[in-house]
Amino acid sequence: MAEIIIKNLRKNFGDFTAVQSSSFKIEDGEFFMLLGPSGCGKTTTLRMIAGLELPTAGEIYIDGEEVSQKPARQRDIAFVFQMFALYPHMNVRKNISYPLVSQGMAKAQIKEKVAEVSRILGIEDILDRPVGGLSGGDRQRVALGRAIVREPKAFMMDEPLGALDAEFRERMAEELRALHDRMGATTIYVTHDQLEAMQMGDKIVVMNHGVIEQFGTPQDIYDKPATMFVADFIGSPSMNFLRFHGQVHTGATSIRMHHVDLSVPAVREPFEGDMVYGIRPEHIALSDSSESRGEVVAAEYLGTTQIVTVKTASGNLKARISSDQPVRSGEQVGLAFNGATATLFDNQSGKALRSDLNEGVLAHV
Amino acid sequence: MSSYSITEPSTPQKWFAGTLVVAYAIITLLPLVWIITTGFKSPVDAIAYPPKVLFEPSLEGYVNLFTTRTRVSPETLEALPPPESWYEEIVRNRDMVIAGPSRYGERFLNSVIIGFGSTFLSVFLGTLAAYAFSRFKVPLKDDLLFFILSTRMMPPIAVAIPIFLMFRTLGLSDTHLGMILLYTAVNISLAVWLLKGFIDEIPREYEEAALIDGYTRFQAFYKVVLPQAATGIASTAIFCLIFSWNEYAFAVLLTSGTAQTAPPFIPTIIGVGGQDWPAVAAGATLFLVPVMVFTILLRKHLLRGITFGAVRK
Repeated sequence: MAEIIIKNLRKNFGDFTAVQSSSFKIEDGEFFMLLGPSGCGKTTTLRMIAGLELPTAGEIYIDGEEVSQKPARQRDIAFVFQMFALYPHMNVRKNISYPLVSQGMAKAQIKEKVAEVSRILGIEDILDRPVGGLSGGDRQRVALGRAIVREPKAFMMDEPLGALDAEFRERMAEELRALHDRMGATTIYVTHDQLEAMQMGDKIVVMNHGVIEQFGTPQDIYDKPATMFVADFIGSPSMNFLRFHGQVHTGATSIRMHHVDLSVPAVREPFEGDMVYGIRPEHIALSDSSESRGEVVAAEYLGTTQIVTVKTASGNLKARISSDQPVRSGEQVGLAFNGATATLFDNQSGKALRSDLNEGVLAHV
Repeated sequence: MSSYSITEPSTPQKWFAGTLVVAYAIITLLPLVWIITTGFKSPVDAIAYPPKVLFEPSLEGYVNLFTTRTRVSPETLEALPPPESWYEEIVRNRDMVIAGPSRYGERFLNSVIIGFGSTFLSVFLGTLAAYAFSRFKVPLKDDLLFFILSTRMMPPIAVAIPIFLMFRTLGLSDTHLGMILLYTAVNISLAVWLLKGFIDEIPREYEEAALIDGYTRFQAFYKVVLPQAATGIASTAIFCLIFSWNEYAFAVLLTSGTAQTAPPFIPTIIGVGGQDWPAVAAGATLFLVPVMVFTILLRKHLLRGITFGAVRK
């Protein structure tokens, strides 16, 4: 088990920069998520850590040892591929024992190890089957078995649930997290699915265009987004953005938008220009007494809650409110914003302005 | 998944298709049947007109193929002790005695050495090159691949004279090594291109999994990629063998004695006196056997090789 430190890691493919100077630290035993849209460089980052791709520049420390230019086999890590990549010409048992064979382990010991791992994963009954006929879930378990049998320093997983159908995905996600908690192994997990990342991760790195946008716990990333990209990418429906022009001074606790005062967490840096007021749908309530008014355009029923789309002077907003509250399309409603949770962004750079809310979190970036 | 129709063809359609297949089979198999039967005919039956479909089978063609014979006077024949074997008897019935073995066995062995040798070398080099082209950043990759293909853009025999001169200077004329190298040079472009296609289809993740599991690049190649490429290697080997096995023009030009292969030898069996068609047919029949056996052994792979790429995964 190991701590992994990434320093100024960069990767160019010809003229294209896949990953721009990234640095972050993965604590020992952490379940670490690399999250971002496709093409953001998350898989490239993972492959560099695993040794399947050599970085153009930068350092990678696994358990204190600099490994950035070492071949994969010397890094003592395991990798679970999206398509599982089980060796198709071997049966389940051989697949799982293959990493041990390369170490020259004694046959009896291999047998014991494979038996132990298959018990943990509940695949004892399929050990002698060829991998071709296995279901997606079983393939996934065999791939995990091959990864954990060697007790490596860390696990790398590249969208391991991506090839499974939705129903099964949830169950495997739980199994994976349970497995991680039981083994306590450092795990780096790549996904484009923000729900998966929030659900399973201890920490999340959000990447976009080869750049790390934010790095932190799921709660911090959700509540205190460092950039508009993160605010938009995380959460469903995503954060509401209200654009306005104005200025704020250090210490200000409200902003004026379209002749209405909205409260914000105390601002820590002055700013003047085009700004964005970001607020999550669940922090907007319907309130007849509020000065902000709008017309209900649509309401989506989701069981306990409903998503209400309201047309306002600053564009359409989505509010997540209780399903008990009756709402009709075309109705005029008042909107109350929970200002303590709001984030102000510089519209040009997309970066969050420092405030009492996010001060500690932004220091990481 | 592609969207082709899976409706059952109608009965007339099936009959039409069946007739077509049978007709085609007859057209292709008839010459083969003719050659094989001619090998078992007597010289008289072989040139009978109208051709004989039913005939008394004889092994004379095969005996003549493997022996050289001398004609002797009836008196000498009388004076000889009685024939010791069935083939001696066949020969004596024609007023001849066996003078010794023919060169067919030797030429056949040459064909085997050169054919399989060059096939092995083409597939071996082709697999390594195809793997490198498929997986690594090779400088000028596309140009190199085009160059390799371009070696087959004219018929090889067009450069026969330079090759002849080259072989003479290098002392490769009429050697096994020379012929193996020549056939390998001709086959290698086909091998590289075919195998690259097959290897491209093998997901890189398999090797990457092996690299992570503690294997070197070369171990990953032969333990994981090679078994996956077996289909491609088998079909490529068959194509290479068929070419080098059947090649005639270069064999005539570059070999005469020690390294002569069967194709240029078989026509010489016909003899100077009578035309010994059964012996020629027997030589041709035996010559077909190794390629047929090789193809049948690998046919499972070949079939998958032919339909390769037709099914999307």
